[in-house]
Amino acid sequence: MSVKQQQMREAALEAKGVSTPLYASRAKIYPQSVRGTFRNVKWALLALTLGIYYLLPFVRWDRGPFAPNQAVLVDLENRRFYFFFIEIWPQEVYYLTGLLIIAAMALFLMNAVAGRIWCGYLCPQTIWTDLFMAVERLIEGDRRERMLKDKGKWTLRRVHDVLAKHFIWLMIAWWTGGAWVLYFTDAPTLVVELATFRGPYAAYVWIVILTITTYFFAGYMREQVCTYMCPWPRIQAALTDEHALNVTYRYDRGEPRASVKKAEALRAANAPAGDCVDCNQCFNVCPTGVDIRDGLQIDCIQCGLCIDACDTVMTKISRPTGLIGYDTDANVQRRARGEAPQKHRLVRPRTILYAAVIALVGGIMVYALATRMPLGLSVLHDRNPVYVKLSDGSIRNAFTVRLLNKELHPRRFDLQVRGMTNAVLDIVGVEKNASGRTLVEVGPDQTREVRVLVTVPNGERVSDSHDIRFIATDSVSGRAAFAKDHFIAPGDRHDERR
Amino acid sequence: MTPAHQEDIDAHTGTATTGHEWDGIRELNTPLPKWWLYILYGTIVWAIGYIVVYPAIPLVSSFTPGLSGWSSRAAVTQDLADLTQQRAPMVDALAKASLQEIGKDDRLRGFALAQGRAAFGDNCAPCHGAGGGGAVSFPNLNDDDWLWGGKVDDIHQTIAYGVRSAHEKTRSSAMPAFGQTGILKPAEVDQVADHVRSLSGLPTDKTYDKAAGAKIFEENCSACHGAGGKGNLEFGAPDLTDQIWLFGSSKASIAEGVHRGRGSMMPAWSGRLDDTTIKALAVYVHALGGGK
Repeated sequence: MSVKQQQMREAALEAKGVSTPLYASRAKIYPQSVRGTFRNVKWALLALTLGIYYLLPFVRWDRGPFAPNQAVLVDLENRRFYFFFIEIWPQEVYYLTGLLIIAAMALFLMNAVAGRIWCGYLCPQTIWTDLFMAVERLIEGDRRERMLKDKGKWTLRRVHDVLAKHFIWLMIAWWTGGAWVLYFTDAPTLVVELATFRGPYAAYVWIVILTITTYFFAGYMREQVCTYMCPWPRIQAALTDEHALNVTYRYDRGEPRASVKKAEALRAANAPAGDCVDCNQCFNVCPTGVDIRDGLQIDCIQCGLCIDACDTVMTKISRPTGLIGYDTDANVQRRARGEAPQKHRLVRPRTILYAAVIALVGGIMVYALATRMPLGLSVLHDRNPVYVKLSDGSIRNAFTVRLLNKELHPRRFDLQVRGMTNAVLDIVGVEKNASGRTLVEVGPDQTREVRVLVTVPNGERVSDSHDIRFIATDSVSGRAAFAKDHFIAPGDRHDERR
Repeated sequence: MTPAHQEDIDAHTGTATTGHEWDGIRELNTPLPKWWLYILYGTIVWAIGYIVVYPAIPLVSSFTPGLSGWSSRAAVTQDLADLTQQRAPMVDALAKASLQEIGKDDRLRGFALAQGRAAFGDNCAPCHGAGGGGAVSFPNLNDDDWLWGGKVDDIHQTIAYGVRSAHEKTRSSAMPAFGQTGILKPAEVDQVADHVRSLSGLPTDKTYDKAAGAKIFEENCSACHGAGGKGNLEFGAPDLTDQIWLFGSSKASIAEGVHRGRGSMMPAWSGRLDDTTIKALAVYVHALGGGK
């Protein structure tokens, strides 16, 4: 509940002679339509972000015959994530960590530059609420009409309108859930399956869940999500400083408030008169029910719509615009002291720090992606028995070797062991070729586990733990992966035969 | 309700306080939205519903079962049944395929190896060790020395019917107790033990008479172990010329074997494990490294 709402409520309660209770009913907000720069920016961002969200699953990306051709795909069944030219395996989830760090830092940077621009323009809660409000306005009319209709009688027309509104809301919500599931499997196929009721059970469940949450959060909860449920306003309040741009009301220009005529009379008499005509337009257009003239407050998502509303009024009464505008707290204080405002300082230690962290993490991720090994090799020595003596007295160690082929075509790897002369490598189930090499074929974008036997002939003196290296070389490209391990032998301690 | 004029208003913010005070710090009354409260009530109602429907309250020797009849034990049983059903096509394929076909098909082989590894841990590891490393009198399944044959079919037969087991198709043979039954005198046992050691190049005692030892071996042992001591897979007679000794290579151990005889047993798994599991075990053991 905003400061304004609370003051109004307390005033009303005081008039009744009742003290403030500990729990408050929600005051319904009827945001008025508004035109202007920030409204246009918000429309553009709404179209852009929703356009990406709804259409991205249908974008195709050719990866050849062995991989899906959907540009963005979370393939849970095969445990792969595809993003255009990037493909990520489960063990590479650190890319996601990097992405989350970048996302958090970008949020901090936005906050350091211009307060809650995320909340006001980009947050899904804001975007969908904006869309739902637009639908509401289109069907039920603007603020005044809606307020009257809510108090008025139920007519057939009213029932029709309300039903139409909820129907359209539910359609948008359903489409939102529908788009979500398309990110997890081939989108065109799933659309057909869903339409013919042959889709997977999980898809329907997720569509229902997201339909409900979208409908409920954007249709009903709206600003309550931002004020009471979301942690970000609290975090950003702790992160911000006096040099961040925020939507502010200029007290020095606006106060004392007076009607247009009164203000003119006061000015004529050389008495102080503010530009604020107390038209309440800034409050009326606010989607969270904030009166920006009460200063920065936690409910304000800083969408800038009050700036548009105030500028419209100021233009009409031929006063300079910018009575409400983006400004820093430092300037608000300067103005209060009668000093001249200063230019916004974009380059500050915290903006440099956040940008540097973003650049660093981004750089590391780009480097990691660019040098990503398209093959992998991991080796696990048998624990029991650690070595085996064969009938001719030779000593054998067994290893479980996993080869990873991260390329989208089948490959053959030449597996060799280094570090011991006369050691012979065999793979159970894989025949040696004519030149005596063991080539292991690994399918496209797959791993293969093989049992590898390394044997040292009788009489060869080996220490009881000998360092060895496995090398898997791509038979075509020649790129190689290495893995260290040990060869365990009875050594001198166990010379006596059992 | 308190009259308004009695309400404590914080001078700095102009907001009412809750009336709570700690060392001069007063708590502003910023009312919580009512829907938060309703959610609290909702969770209480949910909890009551949960207690009615699900097992919830522990009693002295049991618990309240709940109306739904749900139990974690039944859920596990259901999960296992689902898993069996999910595996059914592969299990069927494994049942139909011959051991040679399984060896050639990567998918079947992989499935058999996984199933075999699990079954080995459950059934074979107590004697043969977790990785089949063996112990004294329990053969190491990783090496290339096989008493009854190391081909996958041989291994399958050994697992299915056992060695000296109660099964009618069991593999069976006996190393006689040459000493105890008086066939060989102690001095002859001593000689032949040295002779057996010499077969694989192990040092012998000074008392060893090569001709006498060879003669005793020829007359008593070669029927099963072969003239050169190379063993015989048909009788499960071990190769005495190699470097692998199931009961140890010391002279005392060999002499003990000759004196008292040897004959450890391996149970028949046919009837205790299903046919597919036995197949999987054969494939797994064969792939440990020593399979022929």
